[in-house]
Amino acid sequence: MTAIPHDDHAHHGPATGLWRWVVTTNHKDIGAMYLWFSFAMFLLGGAFAMVIRAELFQPGFSLVEPEFFNQMTTMHGLIMVFGAVMPAFVGLANYMIPLMIGAPDMALPRLNNLSFWILPFAFLILVSTLFMAGGGPNFGWTFYAPLSTTYGPPSTVFFILAMHIMGASSIMGAINIIVTIWNMRAPGMTWMKMPLFVWTWLITAFLLIMVMPVLAGLITMMLLDITAQTSFFNAAGGGSPLLFQHLFWFFGHPEVYIMILPAFGIISAIIPAFARKPLFGYASMVYATAAIAILSFFVWAHHMFTVGMPFAAQLFFMISTMIIAVPTGVKVFNWVATMIGGSMTFEVPMLFAIAFVVLFTIGGFSGLMLAIAPVDYQYHDTYFVVAHFHYVLVPGAVFSIMAGVYYWLPKWTGHMFHEGLAKVHFWMSFIGVNVAFFPQHFLGLAGMPRRIPDYPLQFANFNMISSMGAFLFGLSQLLFMFIVIKCVMGGKKAEAKPWEGAEGLEWDLPSPLPYHTFETPPKIK
Amino acid sequence: MASSTHDKTPAYYVPESSRLPIAMAFTLFLLAWGGAGVLQNVSGIQQNSSGVWILSVGLVMFAATLTVWFTKAAREHMAGLNSEQLQESYRQCMKWFIVSEAMFFAAFFGGLFYVRAFELPWMAGEGAKAATGMLYEGFEYTWPLLTNPVPEAVPGPQEAMHWTIPLINTTLLITSSVTLTFAHHALRKEHRASLKNWLLATIVLAVVFLGFQAYEYYEAYAHLGLTLDSGIYGSTFFILTGFHGVHVIMGTIILIALYFRVLKGHFTGPDHFGFEAGAWYWHFVDVIWILLFFVVYIF
Amino acid sequence: MLKRLRPFSLLAVVFTALMVASSGALAGWELNMRQGVTEISQEIYSLHMLMLYIVCIIGVLVFGVMFWAMFKYRKSKGAKPATWHENTRLEVLWTVIPLVILIGMAVPATVTLAKIYDTPDADITVKVNGYQWRWEYTYLADTPEEEVSFFSSLATPRFEIRGEAPRSEFYLLDVDNPLVIPANTPVKFLITANDVIHSWWVPDFGIKKDAVPGIINESHATVLEPGTYRGMCAELCGRDHAYMPIVVEVLEPEEFEQWLAEQRGDVAAAEQDDSVALTSAGQVRSFIQ
Ligand code: HEA
Ligand code: HEA
Ligand code: CUA
Ligand SMILES: [Cu+2]
Repeated sequence: MTAIPHDDHAHHGPATGLWRWVVTTNHKDIGAMYLWFSFAMFLLGGAFAMVIRAELFQPGFSLVEPEFFNQMTTMHGLIMVFGAVMPAFVGLANYMIPLMIGAPDMALPRLNNLSFWILPFAFLILVSTLFMAGGGPNFGWTFYAPLSTTYGPPSTVFFILAMHIMGASSIMGAINIIVTIWNMRAPGMTWMKMPLFVWTWLITAFLLIMVMPVLAGLITMMLLDITAQTSFFNAAGGGSPLLFQHLFWFFGHPEVYIMILPAFGIISAIIPAFARKPLFGYASMVYATAAIAILSFFVWAHHMFTVGMPFAAQLFFMISTMIIAVPTGVKVFNWVATMIGGSMTFEVPMLFAIAFVVLFTIGGFSGLMLAIAPVDYQYHDTYFVVAHFHYVLVPGAVFSIMAGVYYWLPKWTGHMFHEGLAKVHFWMSFIGVNVAFFPQHFLGLAGMPRRIPDYPLQFANFNMISSMGAFLFGLSQLLFMFIVIKCVMGGKKAEAKPWEGAEGLEWDLPSPLPYHTFETPPKIK
Repeated sequence: MASSTHDKTPAYYVPESSRLPIAMAFTLFLLAWGGAGVLQNVSGIQQNSSGVWILSVGLVMFAATLTVWFTKAAREHMAGLNSEQLQESYRQCMKWFIVSEAMFFAAFFGGLFYVRAFELPWMAGEGAKAATGMLYEGFEYTWPLLTNPVPEAVPGPQEAMHWTIPLINTTLLITSSVTLTFAHHALRKEHRASLKNWLLATIVLAVVFLGFQAYEYYEAYAHLGLTLDSGIYGSTFFILTGFHGVHVIMGTIILIALYFRVLKGHFTGPDHFGFEAGAWYWHFVDVIWILLFFVVYIF
Repeated sequence: MLKRLRPFSLLAVVFTALMVASSGALAGWELNMRQGVTEISQEIYSLHMLMLYIVCIIGVLVFGVMFWAMFKYRKSKGAKPATWHENTRLEVLWTVIPLVILIGMAVPATVTLAKIYDTPDADITVKVNGYQWRWEYTYLADTPEEEVSFFSSLATPRFEIRGEAPRSEFYLLDVDNPLVIPANTPVKFLITANDVIHSWWVPDFGIKKDAVPGIINESHATVLEPGTYRGMCAELCGRDHAYMPIVVEVLEPEEFEQWLAEQRGDVAAAEQDDSVALTSAGQVRSFIQ
C-alpha cells in the first residue's frame, strides 16, 4: 500500500467551501444533498399543488387557464414522485445504510455522487419546459399516449430526455444501494440482523432495477413515435395506446411501492424505539416486504380496469391486487403488536409514525376498494383515487420521511430540534392533511373527475374545505423548514443516543457524526 | 474511530473527492438538452439551432469523461487500491447493470408480444375485443404485417425482412461468444499471445456483424420499404435490432479497449475484472440477439 | 398527552359516521356514491357499501387496539416494557383472517363483474365517439341511410364560466344535444375515440368505459327509470377535458321510437337539401378558443 499516492486520503477532512459538496464522495454529504434537494422539490411541487388548490377553491376560472392547470397537475405529480419522495428515500438510504450495517461508505462512492448530481440537471430541464413555446407537459404524470405523443406540446422531447437521465440516476443509485447492502455489511451483520430499513431498501432497490428500465424503454418508444413516426402507440399503423398503458403501469405500480417500502422501514425503526420494546415479528416483516414486492409485478392493470380488458384479465388483476392487503396487514398488525406491552413515549418522530400507521391504513383501505374491479368503474379517475393516493403518499410516504428526519436529525446535526415547535408542526400537518384530503373521498364518490380545472356546482363546498386544508398543510411545511434550519444552526447538544429506546449501530457513533465512520468494521453483538 | 489499520488489513478504498461525477452529470445534461434540441429540429417539431452545438460538446465531453474515469479506475486497480471486497462490489454492480439492461429490452419484447397476441387480432375482428374490427374493414392479421390497419394513413412495407443474413449474423455472434470465452481461458492461463488472437478474432467478428447489420438496414430502406414509419412491424423491427445494434457497438468499443489494455500488459490470470465485465456484457448482447433472432425474424 | 391523542379517534369515528350516513339529502354535501338506475349500478353500489362497512369495521378494530395500547402502555403511567416479540399463532391468525375476509369480498365482486361482462342482446346499438372536446353519438342501423348521428357539446355559456353571470343549476353539465335512449330496453354502446383517449362515464348507469382511439370497447345498460342522467368525460383529454359532459335522456320506449323516427326524417330531409353537413342537431362548437 505504501507506494500509492493519497493512501492516507481517508484521514483528510472534506474539501472546503461549496466545492466540497460538488466533488464529495462521502455518503453523508451525498445523503444530505439528496435530502435538501428533495425538500426543495417538495416545496416546488407543493407550490404547484397550491396553484391547483387555489384554482379549485371555487368553480369557474378564477386563476389560471385550463392549459396551464394541466401543466400544474402534471408537474406537481412528476416533481413530487420523482423529485421529492424518491430522492428523499435515496438520501436517507445514503446517509443511514452504511451506518446501519457498519460500512465505511457506499460501495461505489463516485457513482453515488454522479447519481445525485444528475438530479438537479434533470429537474432543471423538466421545470424549464414550463417556459418553452407551447408550455410544459400537460398530459398528467402518467403521460398517456396519444395525448403525449401526437398531441403533446413541442417540449415533450425535453421532458422525455429529462426523464431518461433521471431514470439513469435512479438505476445507478439503486445498484449502489443493493451492492452496498450485499457486500459491505460488517462481519457478523447477518441478513436477519439487518435493520428493517436496510431490508426494505434492499427490496426497493431491486424493484427500481427491474422497473426503471421499462420506463426508459417506454419513453424511448414515445420519443420515436414523436420524432420518427413509428407506430408503437398509433392504431393506424398497428400499434396501440393500450400498449402504452400496460408498459407504463408495469413500471408505475411497482413505482408506488418504491415510494412506500422504505417508509415501512423507517416506521419499523421508530415504533420500537419509542415503545422501548423490540419490533414484533421481525422475520414476518421481512417476508411481508418481499411478498409485497413480488406481488407488485402482477397487479399493474388495476389502473386500467376501465380501458376494456377481457374478463379473465380483470379478474386476475383484481384478485392479485387484493392479496397485497394480506402482507400489508401483517405489517400494520406487527406495528400495533409492538406497541402492546411497551413503555411508550410520544416524541415527535413517534407522533408522525403513529399518524402514519393510521392514515396510511386508511389509504390502504381505499386502495382495496379501488381494487374491486366493478366498483372501480365508479371510482376510476375521480377524486376518490386522488384521495386514496394522497393518503398513502402524504401522511404515508411524506410523514414517514418527516418522522425519519426528526428521528435522525440529532444524530446528523449534533443538536436537538425544538420539540415544541415540532409538535406544532405535527398537529398542523395532521389536521391540514386530513382536512385537505378526506373530503376528496366524498367528491370522488359524488362524481367529480380528477384533472379538471373547473367543476359543477355540487362539488363546490368540499372543494373549498379541501383547499383550506391544503393551504394549512402547505404553510406548516414552512414551519418544518424553519425547525430543521434552526436545528442545523444550533440548539441543545444531542447525546450519542438521544432516544432512550433506539436500537442500531448508528447510535453507537457520536453526534454529530464524524466525517468518516466505521473505517474499521464495528463488532456486531 | 480513526485508529490506523494501515499495515494490517487494507481498508476499504473510499476514493478522495473527485471531479468526475459532476463532469459526467453535466455531460449528461448537455446530451439530454442538446439531444432534445436536435430531435426537435430534425423531426420538424420546432426550429432549434442551438441543439446541435450543445449535443456536440456533450458528446466530446462524454467520450473524454468516460475515458478519464475508466482510466482512473483501472489505475487505481493496478495500484492495488482495490481490495477483494471492492472488486466484489464491482462485479455485483456489473451484474445488476446487466439485469437492468435486460429489463430495458424486456419492454420492447413485451411490446412486440402485446401487439401480436392481443392488439392485431382484435383489429382483425377476433378475440375479446372483436368489435374493434369494425373500424378496419378488410384488415387481416398477418405477421410480418405488410398491410397496416389503416394503410392510407400508414402505408406498410413492401416486403418483410428475410432471415438469411440474420442467420449468418447469429452464427457470427455465437462464434464471437465462443472466441471470447477462449480468450478468457487463455487469460486465466496467462497465455498472452493466444489471448490477443482470440480477442482480436472476437472484435473482427463483431465488426463483420455490424457490417451485415448496416447492409440489412440499407436493404430495408432502399428496397423493402421497411422503415421506421412503416407501421408496427417496422417499429418493432428497428427498435429491437437497433438497440441491440447500439449495444453491439458499445460492446465492440469495450472489446477494443480491452484489447489495448491487453497490449499494455494489463490483467493477470487471477485478477482481471475489467475483462470479465466486458465478457459478461458481450455474452449478454449475444443472448439478446438469439432471442431477438427468433422473435423478430423467424416467428 | 392523551387529550392530544383523542382527536385521532374522534376524527376516525366522525368520518366513519359521515360516510355511513350517506343520505346526500343536502345538495352540495353529497357524501356517497349514487345508487343509479340500472341493476348493475345498484349492484356496484351495494358492493361499494359492503367494502366500506368491512374496512370501517377493520379500521375501528385495528385503530381501537392501537389506541388502547397507547393509553395503557405509556411510560408516564409507569408501564414497564416487555421483551416478547414473536407469537407464531397470532401471526398465522392475522394472515389467515384477512385472507378469508378478502375471499368474502372477491366472491360477490366476481359475480357482479361476470354480470357486467354478460352483454344482453340489444336492439339498439349506439356508437359513442370521443372528440376533443365533444361526443358524437351514432345509432347504428342496417343501412347507412337509417343511421342517426349527431354531436353533443357543452351548452354552458362562456360568460358563466368566466363568472360574468350567475351559474345555472347544471353548470358544466348541460349539452346541446343529449343522447336519447329508451328505458327498460337493453342498449349497447360501442365506445371509441377519434383523437386522444376519453372516457364515457354515466355514474347512474354504472358505466365508465375508456374511449380509446383505434379500439372499440363495448358496454351496455338497461335503464330502469326514465329521466335525465348526467356525467363527465373521465380521462384527461387535453385543454377542455372538463368541458365535455355527457347527458342522457331516457324516454319511455314509445316516446323513444317516435324521437328516433323524427331524427331519421330530419336526416333524410337534411340529405335532400344537403346544406347541413351532419344532422339537424349537429352544431359543432369548440368551446373555449
Ligand atoms: C405509496 C403509494 C401507494 C400505495 C402504498 C398504494 C397501495 C395500494 N393501492 Fe394505490 N395508488 C397509488 C399509490 C399507492 N397505492 C397512486 C399514486 C395511484 C394513482 C395513480 C394515478 O392514476 O395517477 C393509485 C391508484 C390505485 C388504483 C387505481 C385506481 C384507479 O385509477 O381507478 C388501485 C386499484 O386497485 C389501487 C389499489 C391499491 C391497493 C390495493 C393498495 C394496497 O397496497 C393497500 C394495502 C393496505 C391495506 C389494505 C391497509 C392495511 C391492511 C390491513 C389493516 C389488513 C386487513 C385489511 C383487510 C383484509 C381489508 N391504487
Ligand atoms: C408524493 C407525492 C405527492 C405529494 C406529497 C402530494 C402533495 C399534495 N398534493 Fe398531489 N398529486 C400527486 C402526488 C403527490 N401530491 C400525484 C402523483 C398526482 C396526480 C397527478 C396527475 O393527475 O397527473 C397528484 C394530484 C393532485 C391533485 C389533483 C389534481 C388534478 O387532478 O387536477 C391535487 C388536488 O388537490 C393535489 C393536491 C396536493 C396537495 C395540496 C399536496 C400537499 O401535500 C402539498 C403540500 C406542500 C406544500 C404546499 C409546499 C410547502 C409550502 C410552500 C411552498 C409555501 C407556499 C404555501 C402556501 C401558499 C400556503 N395533488
Ligand atoms: Cu374527453 Cu376528457
Ligand atoms: Cu397500483
